[in-house]
Order: sequence, then C-alpha cells, then structure tokens
Amino acid sequence: MITKRIIPCLDVKDGRVVKGVNFGGLQDVSSPVALAEFYSQCGADELVFYDITASSDGRKLFTDILVETAKRVFIPLTVGGGINSVADFDRVLKCGADKVSVNSGAIRNPDLVYEAAKLYGDQCVVLSADIKRVDGEFRVFAKGGREDTGMEAISWIRRCVDNGAGEIVVNSIDTDGVKKGFDLEMLEAVCDAVNVPVIASGGAGKIDDFIKLFQRLPKVDAGLAASIFHFGEVAIKDLKAEMLKANIPTRTI
Amino acid sequence: MVAIVDYGVGNLFSLECSLNAIGAEVTITADPEVLKNADQIILPGVGAFEDAAKKLRATGLDQTIRDLAAAGKPLMGICLGMQMLFDKSYEYGEHEGLGLISGQVVPMQGVIPPSYKIPHIGWNALVFKKDTPLFKYIQNGDCVYFVHSYYAANCDDAVLATAEYGPELTAAVAKGNVFGCQFHPEKSGTVGLNILKAFVEMEGKKC
Repeated sequence: MITKRIIPCLDVKDGRVVKGVNFGGLQDVSSPVALAEFYSQCGADELVFYDITASSDGRKLFTDILVETAKRVFIPLTVGGGINSVADFDRVLKCGADKVSVNSGAIRNPDLVYEAAKLYGDQCVVLSADIKRVDGEFRVFAKGGREDTGMEAISWIRRCVDNGAGEIVVNSIDTDGVKKGFDLEMLEAVCDAVNVPVIASGGAGKIDDFIKLFQRLPKVDAGLAASIFHFGEVAIKDLKAEMLKANIPTRTI
Repeated sequence: MVAIVDYGVGNLFSLECSLNAIGAEVTITADPEVLKNADQIILPGVGAFEDAAKKLRATGLDQTIRDLAAAGKPLMGICLGMQMLFDKSYEYGEHEGLGLISGQVVPMQGVIPPSYKIPHIGWNALVFKKDTPLFKYIQNGDCVYFVHSYYAANCDDAVLATAEYGPELTAAVAKGNVFGCQFHPEKSGTVGLNILKAFVEMEGKKC
C-alpha cells in the first residue's frame, strides 16, 4: 500500500539553513547536509531544499551542498527557488536533485513546465503554488507570496498539470505560519481538479493537524512543513507513530 | 567492481553515490571491455522506453549485455533499466526490449482503479513472492521508492516481489543471474542500500 509522505522543507541561503533551527543532539544546526542526514534518519520520506540565495556565488554554494547531500542522504530530494529556465533544472539535477519545483519561474514563463517535462519527464517537475483567497476566489501569488498575479489558482494548476507538472505543492498563504492546521478547503479544491500527487503545505502546528489532513482528505499524498520540524515541536518519529495508530499508511524505519 | 552502463539516459550521480556509500568500487562506463571485467553490471534508466532502447542499440551495448548475462554475470536493471530486460514495451507504440526475461511492459492506465494516481509515486511496501539473495538484508513489508507509469506484466515466473497499488504491480524480478527493480534502490534509504549491497556481493562468472 502506498504510504503518505512526510516532507521537511529547508530554506537555504548562501549555503546555510535559515530560519532558526533548534535541535538537541545536532551539532551544526545550520548545515543543510547535517540537517538532511538527521531528517533522513528520523524517517523523513523526502526533503525539499529551497534556495533563497540571490547572488550567483550563493548559487554555487547551494549546488555544492546538493552534491554533499546526495553523497550521504538516499531519499528523494526536491529543489526549488530560483528555477527560471531549463538550464536551472539541468544545474540542480546534475548535482543530485531528483525533482525540481517551479513557482514564480513558471508564472513568468508558462512554457517552462512543458519544456522541462518533455526533457526530464513529468515526474521531475513539481509545481509549487502560493495561493491566497482574494475576493472569494483562490488566487495565485508570485515572488514568495508578495505579488498577486490575478490568476485563479485552480485553473492555473490544471493548466500546469496539462503541461506536464507531475506533482503539486499547495502552499496556503492564508494558513501559513498560523499553526492551526492545513487549509483543507483549498486542498480539497485542488485534489478535485487534478489526478497527480498533491502535497499540502502551510499551517501545520501539531501532529493532529497531519492526522486530520490525511483522514479528511485521503487524496492528499504528503504533508510538508518547516519550522515545526526544525524547532522540534513535531518529531517525525512521533508523528509517524501517531499516523500508524490512526491507520494512516506510513513508512517507518 | 560494479559497472553502471552509461548509454546517455538519466542521471547516474545518485546511483554512483549510493554504491560508494556501501563501499562498492564503481565505474560508469560505455566500454564493453570494462563491462566484461566488472563483477556486476547495473543497467539504469529514466525517461521513455523507445528513446532508451534506441540509445542502447546505437551503442551496441544491447548485445554486450545479452552476452554477459548469458555468460552468468550478475545484471540488475533499475526502473526503466528493469523494464528494458523484458521482451517488449507498449509505451507509446510497441518496442523491443532485451528479451532477457519473458513479459511485457504495459500502461497502468486502465489496470489500476481510476482513484489511483498515475504515475505511481512514493514509498510502497514490498510483498515478497520468492526467496532471493537480493533480499537477504531486507524484510517483507519494507518500503521502497517508486516513480513509474508503466509496469511489467505476464512475468509471474520471474516476480520476486510486488507492491499493492490497486492490483499488485511487479516490483522486482529475477531470472537466474538477471535481476530487476522497478523502484529506485538508490533513493530508498537503508532498505535500498541493503538491496544494492546484496547485489554487489553476488559472484558471477568472469567473462
């Protein structure tokens, strides 16, 4: 039976993890490689590295980190941030990424999803959509959630899936950081619209939020979160033990 | 030394890293002489069947691989590399495979219930069907990472393990010294590394 995936997301700037990380037992808490190894040992099913570096020097540091991670961590690795062209796909895939997530790059250049899917396969292209309710509809936002594109989100997602996006990450700006649970209404609307894997992001504050997510919306494939894992508020081992108790299929190690 | 066949398909970096991590000596090669001298051979592959089969034929390595498999060298296909071991694939048309294991590669579409998503992406549990040295370090029910839209059918005699995705889909196969994994052992954590470890410990005949 296919299992529900738990995915920690690491924001990386100039080769270091940003947003405070607070773990007992981990020496270098801002090393993406050490953190990736730690999460892999805890049972994370996949990792997302999000590159928030602006400079080209920082980009080189980022790909160096991918290489080091690929040498030590043997679970799927998705890379996002600053992906604007097929050349960007090539750059990170060569360094050990398995999937590449596009967001603003796909909004700027709608052919990017199609071109990348044709070259690397649908399974390689993840569409990450930042979505917020505006005037009673779900609206796509660009530039890290700062800019309203005016596009309706469900039709945008459907179009990207038709173009070859193999997975969708739904980031709800409305629930992000609130820690009161995932945006079930938004996620349900996306799940009803497409038949590719859907990854829920934004809003998880405790174990029960994941349990509710998978019980209420069996079509959601994975839950993604950052700070609650980094700060140890939710330990992946405990989360998975609770998922098993609730009869939600999960991989344990 | 384990050799990864380099025929211009997919990214071999992760696979190389995973073999290094278990202490194997690895060579990535398109040289038939190097393949002959290898202890084991891995046939990787990502992408479309037709393109991969054409590239393999264009290098002439298809015959080298058939000869070495027939001579008893341990061979393992991974993902599309596993699908290439079969007689035929029906991915966008009808294409010849290596014919090392009887069976055909067919679409999941229409076979799995409509509520199941395609591709089959994620961690799924192995259901063992046969004893095999390939699984000597892992257990029935261990999860491995899958990414595929086509699967091997009509190959019951060769099936080592399946994974439930509506029906049970072929997850691993073997015929003598020829092995195949539909999933990605190089992306399947410790379980995957243990499968690779069992494979590189296999002794074949020197050719």
